[in-house]
Amino acid sequence: MIALYTLMEGVIAFFLIAGSIFALIGSLGLARMKDFYMRLHGPSKISTLGVGCVLLASIAYFSLLESGPSLQELLITIFLFITAPVSAHLLSKSALHQKLERDPRTRGNPEELQEDDDERTLEETPQGSSKLP
Amino acid sequence: MLDFALKVSVALLSVAIVLNLYRVAIGPSLPDRILALDTMYVNSIALIVLFGIWLGHRTYFEAALLIAMLGFVSTVAVCKYLLRGDIIE
Repeated sequence: MIALYTLMEGVIAFFLIAGSIFALIGSLGLARMKDFYMRLHGPSKISTLGVGCVLLASIAYFSLLESGPSLQELLITIFLFITAPVSAHLLSKSALHQKLERDPRTRGNPEELQEDDDERTLEETPQGSSKLP
Repeated sequence: MLDFALKVSVALLSVAIVLNLYRVAIGPSLPDRILALDTMYVNSIALIVLFGIWLGHRTYFEAALLIAMLGFVSTVAVCKYLLRGDIIE
């Protein structure tokens, strides 16, 4: 029985340390990266995983303490895993709507950021040389 | 071993929240600040759960659940305001 407690203590400590390191890496990405579209990666993926690990540790701890399964923390985990992609999607949509500046190394060319190029090509096209019938 | 792990993870999460505060302070645009606040509530949920483990109480679980729901709703509300200029149309 004591061996089980020691093993579970090691497992809980591992999940706690892993979760907080994941959360720290996500926040470090948020603080260090260059433009908004890069910064969106860290919090929306890594921080959610970190909180998931901490909540797993909490489930294990209280299940051991009360000698029965305690699955209430699973509610928070499921809620966070459902809502994190939704909020990331809305944030990226609002960033595209505001036409935020981006690093030249950021790849992709979404429609929302192409309007300036279209206007320029329309102005540069000489009159009368349209290929439309 | 669990005491040491708890102390280390509280320290790491506090550093993470300070980094989020830094991004809230300097964030050049509004979506940056919303993203930093979003990350901050997620990290504070982890901190509250850690506090509950530290004290061995179940009381703090409801606080974490409330913060999760209100944080998501507020993020969606501010994003809708940025997108449409209005929250409820």
